[in-house]
Amino acid sequence: MKGFLARAARHVGFQIGAVLLLLFVGTALVSVFWTPHPVDALQMRLKLQPASGAYPLGTDHLGRDVLSRIMVGAQTSITVGLIAVAIGMIGGVALGAWAAARGGWVDEALSRLSDLVFAFPAVLIAILITSVLGASAQNAILAIAIFNVPVFARVTRGAALSMWGRDFVRAATAMGQGPLGITVRHVMPNIASVLIVQATIQFAVAILAEAGLSYLGLGAQPPVPSWGRMLRDAQTYVFQAPELAIWPGLAIALAVLGLNMLGDGLRDLLDPRLRLLRVG
Amino acid sequence: MLEFLSRRLAAALVTLVLATVVVFAVVEVLPGDPALVMLGTDARPDTLAALRARYGFDQPLVVRYFKWIGGLLTFDLGSSHAYGTSVAKLIGDRLLVTLPLGALALSWAVLVAIPLGVFAAWKHGRPGDWGVMGFTQIGISVPNFWFGIVLVLLFAVTWQLFPAGGFPGWRQDPVKSLHSLVLPALSLSLGEIAILTRVTRSAMLDTLREDYVRTARAKGAPERTVLFRHALRNALVPVTTVAGLIAGFLIAGAVIIESVFRLPGIGQLVYDSINNRDLVVIKNVVVLFTILVLSVNLLVDVAYAVLDPRPRVRT
Amino acid sequence: MNSVSRRRILGASATLASLSVLGESAWAQAKDRLVIGMSLEPPVLDPTKNAAAAIREVTTPGIYESLGRIDRTGAIGPGLAESWSISEDGKEYVFKLRQGVKFHDGEPLDASVVKFSLDRLFAPDSTVPAKSLYTDIEKVEVVDPSTVKVTLKSPNSFLLYSLSLGDSGIMHPKSAPTNDKHPIGTGPFMFKERKEGDSITLVRSPTWRDPASIKLDTVIFKIVKDPSAQVSALLAGDVDAFPGFQAPELVERLRKDPRFVVVVGTTEGEVILATNNGKKPFDNPKVRQAIAHAINRDELISAESGFGTPIGSHFAPHNKVYLDLTRTYPFDIAKAKALLAEAGYPNGFDASLKLPPVGYAQRAGEVIASQLGKIGIKVAISQLQWPQWLSEVFKERNYDLTIVAHTEANDLDRYARDGYYWAYNSPEFRAKWREVVAATDFAKRDELLKEAQRIIARDAVNGYLWQLAKIGVWKKDLVGLWENSPTPQVDLTGVHWK
Repeated sequence: MKGFLARAARHVGFQIGAVLLLLFVGTALVSVFWTPHPVDALQMRLKLQPASGAYPLGTDHLGRDVLSRIMVGAQTSITVGLIAVAIGMIGGVALGAWAAARGGWVDEALSRLSDLVFAFPAVLIAILITSVLGASAQNAILAIAIFNVPVFARVTRGAALSMWGRDFVRAATAMGQGPLGITVRHVMPNIASVLIVQATIQFAVAILAEAGLSYLGLGAQPPVPSWGRMLRDAQTYVFQAPELAIWPGLAIALAVLGLNMLGDGLRDLLDPRLRLLRVG
Repeated sequence: MLEFLSRRLAAALVTLVLATVVVFAVVEVLPGDPALVMLGTDARPDTLAALRARYGFDQPLVVRYFKWIGGLLTFDLGSSHAYGTSVAKLIGDRLLVTLPLGALALSWAVLVAIPLGVFAAWKHGRPGDWGVMGFTQIGISVPNFWFGIVLVLLFAVTWQLFPAGGFPGWRQDPVKSLHSLVLPALSLSLGEIAILTRVTRSAMLDTLREDYVRTARAKGAPERTVLFRHALRNALVPVTTVAGLIAGFLIAGAVIIESVFRLPGIGQLVYDSINNRDLVVIKNVVVLFTILVLSVNLLVDVAYAVLDPRPRVRT
Repeated sequence: MNSVSRRRILGASATLASLSVLGESAWAQAKDRLVIGMSLEPPVLDPTKNAAAAIREVTTPGIYESLGRIDRTGAIGPGLAESWSISEDGKEYVFKLRQGVKFHDGEPLDASVVKFSLDRLFAPDSTVPAKSLYTDIEKVEVVDPSTVKVTLKSPNSFLLYSLSLGDSGIMHPKSAPTNDKHPIGTGPFMFKERKEGDSITLVRSPTWRDPASIKLDTVIFKIVKDPSAQVSALLAGDVDAFPGFQAPELVERLRKDPRFVVVVGTTEGEVILATNNGKKPFDNPKVRQAIAHAINRDELISAESGFGTPIGSHFAPHNKVYLDLTRTYPFDIAKAKALLAEAGYPNGFDASLKLPPVGYAQRAGEVIASQLGKIGIKVAISQLQWPQWLSEVFKERNYDLTIVAHTEANDLDRYARDGYYWAYNSPEFRAKWREVVAATDFAKRDELLKEAQRIIARDAVNGYLWQLAKIGVWKKDLVGLWENSPTPQVDLTGVHWK
């Protein structure tokens, strides 16, 4: 741990990533208790105001404070991203570890299934899923989670398989430990760092995906603020208030950048030889 | 080798068959009644029932599935309910927008990414490398549709150099049509530039460590020759494969960009068909995309098998 | 004839506008050529096969003509029928057809063709979307080659109007089956080609009976769904005119441009907060009145950038029979809260607001949610795709509130319908409506229509919000386009460049 901190202190990318992530999470936390203005308060007389002391980022087409909405939007991004990645991780790690432990037909079947998910154009399927189930934050989470499962399954399977070949695991097998026991006691602790790094990257991907879906109107429903939706609304007003289209996009980019840099940094610090899957 | 290829082909076919079942099932459970969409709010129950019978919506699912597959196998994609025209024609028309868009984005990405990657590898571990890597980090983090919006703010609203959206049509005005693909292609290529740059850089770093490169350097070959003649030529193998992979995803991933710029491409066709419940179109386009992705994956595998004789390890 | 506007659907995703200064395309400038922008794409090109209003805009009366013809004021004049007479009891209509009319493929028009077309509308196995408008017809007879007699089961004072709509366009038995892809009618323009998702091209018909009245050789309907892309298309010169411009917030931008004129007219579209009267607590009139008191129309119209006229009932303000009922339940939050408390909901309740994918509904949705929030009604918005809205809200009545525009003229009859999605079952209104339909004296009918408006305003069946404005934008040297939209059609006779 000490070595990790010492190396982290020298890794600029990791530090930038960590600062951005803190900013992102901090904003979301603050916005739970306080925003400069009530987030849903409509004031038609104050619509499309430029930036001012009272409204540092101006107001939107319904006269709401843009800064407050961006702050609360961070909550939406984190909630959707975190839950989607958590579901994908739980499902994917379990399936991947199972495939690695059992091999044979289980492995083959799971590979086919993950091929199947990867074969679909992700955006189109996400649109289809939200069309079937209705546009909402929950269903956006589900659509994103589905594509996370095979990512984690593949990473887990690959990492776990290499563990199964190690001497200490063979020794444990020889001593009569069952596959479940070995997976929990020996395999998982040794592949945890891979999963942490992958999870960070997937979180970034999930935030991008959420933004894309709400941009298409398929994510969180109004009046809940979400960055993608704010961009979509802002586009109509590019002539009157072009800056409205800047802030939400900048927020998405910074949050995703932070997570990506943190992920790459973690990889360098934990295990520079890690191979990551990047599926957008 | 042959055995490997036939195994991969068989796996791809199994995946494809599974994919048709999934697509069919999803499209069938889409809420909303296509007959009601066609006949609107004044439709009477008897007219709706008559129309459903006419289009075969009342047949059992299995029958409809096999009818559809039978059509696919004989290259008969059927007719759109909304337009009455053949799905093949609809797809063909839209590809005339999406394919040039994808090609433009890809060539732009290759043109930018390869020199950047070579430069970064050359400056390995020095500020130039960090700069390029920082840029790629930003490239994968910025949502491409927002980048599109920013490009529009700059090039269309402020400087008025390019149109912000829409597509006049090749036949009406080819020059203007090409012009209106520039900003979308730029936005689409941002993430791909970042990925390709990284791939080029790491492939270059690998080849720069190879003996023959060191030999060339030791012999006093000029740096440019070493970089471009010796190192890049070999680094191009992984770069080409990744570029190929990207090409498949570019077309499928163009949905949001087509939406930002309102281009009548294939992504918009699916999007509109979903909104109109034009089930025939949705099914066929999604399956065609799937075939495209599977073929690209297969080609990449084959390319690796041909170029790299070491046994493949599945990841 | 779909009662709910599809013209206003603004594709589910927004786009950007441009100020392209690339110069005008030469082809859009020619004096015999007109490019008309459409915000919605017609699916098939046959109004008897699909309800979309966009089909009527493109095909009527340019390609297909009906017996009567609706003019720019909404009045009915002679179309393919030169004249008609109505029997004393209002059950027999005799139409005298125009002589020498030919279809685009050269086939002549005669009474048998008219009978064929009308029979299709109400036949038992008919799949015509507007079938219910024609089911009062008992039979159609050919009296002689230029005379047709229509006999009704019961008098219907709207029959002439129904026989002037695009839905009753006269088609030839030979071309009717393929009209969805290649429409053939008797109108001044004939179909040339279509590119799905892009454009539909019409050219002047050589068989048209009055060649001098047509000044245009080619008319292209260009589909530009997104409002800001519509601005781009206008500014870039790709499109000459948008009769139905969809983005009120962008009008200012176009007003500044000397190349264009912006013409604000009226439509038949009443935007309402449709309410499920069959569901608790909305079955309680006090709850609906409370909602009516909580609605601030000024705020809603401000979200529409000021376009729109407040309404207090389901009736268009430009209609001569219109009554201003906006003061029936004036904006008054205290009163609204008191009514809710009386109804037994002092702390309000939860309600769903299911929005169709149309611009005005999207804009008004958040405003309504905020206004109802002030009296304690917690509104959960969900945005539906059009097919979902049709199934879930309209057909299955699985909703509390929705916002939608009813764009047909004479659409008060919806309040008398069984099983309509508002679930408004008022014997009083139904009796009134039966009188309206049966009235053969038009002065009497006008009085009855006023009473009908009062009944639904009093009952606060729905929240009555505003009348949609028709925003037309076109090049300033283009003349003859309609300023108002009494029915969804783009009449190009007499349209020309200065």
